Amino acid sequence: MKRIRIGCGAGYAGDRIEPAVELAEKGDIGYLVFECLAERTIALAQQARLRNPDGGYDELLEKRMEAVLPACRKRGIRIITNMGAANPLGALEAIRRTAGRLGLSGLKLAAVTGDDVLDLALRDDPVIVETGERLSGLKDRLVSANAYLGAEPLVEALQKGADVIVTGRVADPSLFLAPQMFEFGWRRADWNRLGQGTVVGHLLECAGQVTGGYFADPGFKETPDLARLGFPIAEVSEEGSAVITKVEGSGGRVNPATCKEQLLYEIHDPSHYVTPDVVADFTGVTLEETGNDAVTVRGGRGRLRTESLKVCVGYLDSYIGQGQISYGGPGAMARVQLAATIVLERLKLTGVQCDEIRVDRIGFDALYGSGRPGGADEPHEVRLRVAGRTRSMDEALRIGNEVETLYTNGPAGGGGVTKSAREVIAMLSVLIPRSFVKPAVHMEVS
Amino acid sequence: MKLRDLAHSRAGDKGNTANVSVIAVRQDDYPHLVRHVTAELVKAHFGPIVKGAVTRYELPNIGALNFVLQEALGGGVTRSLGLDPHGKSLSSLILEMDIPEPREGNG
Repeated sequence: MKRIRIGCGAGYAGDRIEPAVELAEKGDIGYLVFECLAERTIALAQQARLRNPDGGYDELLEKRMEAVLPACRKRGIRIITNMGAANPLGALEAIRRTAGRLGLSGLKLAAVTGDDVLDLALRDDPVIVETGERLSGLKDRLVSANAYLGAEPLVEALQKGADVIVTGRVADPSLFLAPQMFEFGWRRADWNRLGQGTVVGHLLECAGQVTGGYFADPGFKETPDLARLGFPIAEVSEEGSAVITKVEGSGGRVNPATCKEQLLYEIHDPSHYVTPDVVADFTGVTLEETGNDAVTVRGGRGRLRTESLKVCVGYLDSYIGQGQISYGGPGAMARVQLAATIVLERLKLTGVQCDEIRVDRIGFDALYGSGRPGGADEPHEVRLRVAGRTRSMDEALRIGNEVETLYTNGPAGGGGVTKSAREVIAMLSVLIPRSFVKPAVHMEVS
Repeated sequence: MKLRDLAHSRAGDKGNTANVSVIAVRQDDYPHLVRHVTAELVKAHFGPIVKGAVTRYELPNIGALNFVLQEALGGGVTRSLGLDPHGKSLSSLILEMDIPEPREGNG
């Protein structure tokens, strides 16, 4: 039976670089996929592109390509990535330049476009899923609107012989489903196969999160050698079952427990996981340990895909400013309390308008607030954090400044101030008819 | 005993909604988790952190429960003022739940 091996070389934009090189050199893989595009990343990339029309793609694109292209070329490994972000065509050029610098000519490069539907969304003015209001209500605060594309345009690029495919917004599992559809000739309406292939993609898409990363809990869940965590490989068979594994000798571990945690990661109703390709059903999935660091995945199913596509809308929401300072020793908590009171009063006195403000005592109530169960003794050291939402950058900056002035104006013994302020691009979603979205594949040769 | 003695967990985010899995370490304990880790108890355990509804999904195929917590991420990952806007640390909080000890062979 035909089998293919797909590796995942990155699970988010800032992920480690060298595990992908290890996969390319020692993983015996046919495909190397990099998933680097969080929801908000594309809106930030859109802003970067407005400042520089040649930019707007992932900042680590060249670095990652430089690291893996030689090994991928040597072994005929095809690369798929959404690092095109807001500018897949610009990313294509960047990859061509990188290949040129490395002396790799004759590589077929593909860019997939069509996810940017800002004009279309404005014309259609759909209702925002989260608020029930019309999209046009965001007016000039609207930054980006990108539809989640499915696997189909990627399959088209593979059929055209692409060695490297770079996209903007494509549903994460679709990046991994595409090579399975292409290699095994699965059709668009093979819902159960697409469902199982989506399960495989979902398990891989966060890279190290299925090979023992984000898993260790000393005394309960031991995981070896996380500094050299190996990234995952799925060996997929033609009938759809797959073995999740990693490069022998790399760090981490693959067992049913690591796979179960990842299977449910960011899932709501497990019988109804909607992607552009299929409505996948995880409720029949079985995970069986079939070797050392090898888990066989079976039983993913699927149903008819939806007629609409989800569109991620980025908009300028507000500004957030924050500052932190630490207090220790006897009475630390009382001095934190006094410091917080002073900052809040200062913000009022100096006319900083906050739509929302939050005081955290890091090490005590910052993660779980007053919801913390059980008693809590006074900690030996506490870090005050004041964060506020404002309507201008200037006001956001003044929040951190008011924490900083506690050095010379606040309670005794405060130290280690940090402060920051940022513009907040927030995300909402709308649904648009699938037929409105027209993906396109652009080819070039290095 | 604490839930941590019988289960492990990971939390994920989508907008202002968090999901938190509860996965039996031993498949045999799954029915015990179904009985004692209900949506109501999870909602009570999280207290003011979860402003909306808690829904539980059962996955006997992998011995796991999936809890979906509405309005749990301070207005949403992309705009929350919180220190952990993704709510990633919610997985550790759920494992702090008290549950009865399972009786051997009786789930």
